[in-house]
Amino acid sequence: MNARLARYLSGGFLHAVLILIAVAWLVPTVGLFVTSWRPRPDIFGSGWWMAFSTFRFTAENYIEVLTAQGLARNFLNSFAITIPGTLLPVLIGALAAYGFAWLKFPGRDWIFLIIVGLLVVPIQMTFVPALILARGLKLTNSLLGIWLAHTAYGLPFAIFLLRNFFAALPRDLVEAAKMDGASDLGVFWRIVIPLSVPAIASLTIFQFLWVWNDLLTSLIFVQDPNLLPLTVGIAKLLSTYGTEWHLLSAGSFILMAVPLVIFFSLQRYFVQGILAGSVK
Amino acid sequence: MTAQRHTFLTWNWLFILPALTLLGSFVVYPTLWTIRMSFDTGLGLRLQKFVGLDNYIRLLTRDQFFLNLSTFPPSGAVINNIIWLVLFTTLTVGLGLVIAVLADRVPYEPIVKAVVFLPMAISFTAAGIIWLFVYSPDANTGLLNALITAIYPSWKSVAWVGRVGTVTYSVIIAAVWMWVGFATVVLSAALKSIPQEITEAARVDGANEWHIFWRITLPMLTSPIAVLTTTMVINVLKIFDLIYIMTRGGPQGASRVIAYTMYTETFEAGKGGYGSAVAVIMLLLIIPVMLLNLRRFQAEEAER
Repeated sequence: MNARLARYLSGGFLHAVLILIAVAWLVPTVGLFVTSWRPRPDIFGSGWWMAFSTFRFTAENYIEVLTAQGLARNFLNSFAITIPGTLLPVLIGALAAYGFAWLKFPGRDWIFLIIVGLLVVPIQMTFVPALILARGLKLTNSLLGIWLAHTAYGLPFAIFLLRNFFAALPRDLVEAAKMDGASDLGVFWRIVIPLSVPAIASLTIFQFLWVWNDLLTSLIFVQDPNLLPLTVGIAKLLSTYGTEWHLLSAGSFILMAVPLVIFFSLQRYFVQGILAGSVK
Repeated sequence: MTAQRHTFLTWNWLFILPALTLLGSFVVYPTLWTIRMSFDTGLGLRLQKFVGLDNYIRLLTRDQFFLNLSTFPPSGAVINNIIWLVLFTTLTVGLGLVIAVLADRVPYEPIVKAVVFLPMAISFTAAGIIWLFVYSPDANTGLLNALITAIYPSWKSVAWVGRVGTVTYSVIIAAVWMWVGFATVVLSAALKSIPQEITEAARVDGANEWHIFWRITLPMLTSPIAVLTTTMVINVLKIFDLIYIMTRGGPQGASRVIAYTMYTETFEAGKGGYGSAVAVIMLLLIIPVMLLNLRRFQAEEAER
């Protein structure tokens, strides 16, 4: 029995299972993609798998959702939220990681241990008081509130990942530079950062996707309806037009476009980041 | 010398000061404040009236949407989270392991892995809509109902996310679809780090593939599987977006989970104290994982 199973697993059966899995994983996305290019009456008239027999495609859904439904605005807001929401935590996190890896100050190891603990604290624990604080400082009507929130929530992972990477750099290199009179800031910019490009790239991609894809933090910290990101814009679209698939499908693909481009162009760093963050 | 040392010290702190300020004001201080608020009514998201353990007692004994043990089977957000914990964790880790092991044997492995991993890049928001479309009760648009109809022509279309009995399982499948790729990538990398000589030697000694998997591969993957399982457990506890997009906790509260309850009680019902108590319960549930992480971290540091 087992020998037969083993034979199956190296033959046609193996390929059949793998191809079935790959198809099953692709089909839901492909279905919505095809739908996003079909005219509204066709979407309700026949399944998307029939689309190639009618063969009528249009960009109308994308135009409507971007203009009449205003997702173009949300799209720009998503960039306005995500770019600072990525650069700030990477920069602030890298500085702190350098401090934890190479500098001495009282309580350093204890503070770092607390940050490792913070890695898993549910952000729900912070929402109400952080929102009161952000409101008090008048941050919720601009994007400053959401930038700072994303920075703070991203910092534990950023510091953890980079500190481990920095600490593994050769000690001689750092000490030799200091002998030559380099300041800590100089060592940080000219030695540690250039040597850590792969780790920083992975972290940047992660943080970018995390912020771009985030719904929950934006629901709470962005209160000006003109500043809402795509995720919230689409959630609103969904609650207004529950089954208007021509709008929802096009909207979803506008939301997915940026992550997909990043995925296909930078998959290597993405995978490296996952491995660095989860298994050591 | 003293002056120099003093500057030196200040300079060092400056590296971590921005991070500590943000973590302090957006994470640490709010966490303590939320604990305090969980003992208050917190109406209007302000401290109003101290009520001791009332919020917790009400949550655990009188809130049928949070924990209802009076019916069979029991229901509520806590029970749903347990169903999530069991199904989501075993399915992601199990399927990830199967795909990693099978794909390891074929030349098109990178393509299979990329396809399975792709959903990891997109948002829960987009994934939620993709799956709402698959689950559409209209057999003309919904793939799942259409597929079943093609096999059993007498099938009556089911509103998968509109029924109390199917909603949680339907959302879990969407979440599994998103996260299996993560498990596959992690386990596949671990698989590649097993020295070939070991499996080759076993094969020479006459072991079949089945034995090699159970006696060599699986035991050598114990540690990555453990780490992966912890990650998935944390994910389960934090699951929110998918519920918000696909069901809003419905129908009749049947798909609520703990993180969703926190949001809806706090920000939709305005009950700051009640929502805070839910958040504190989340924190308590995650503390074992936190301690596990800290211990693992300290063990790694000792090796440095």
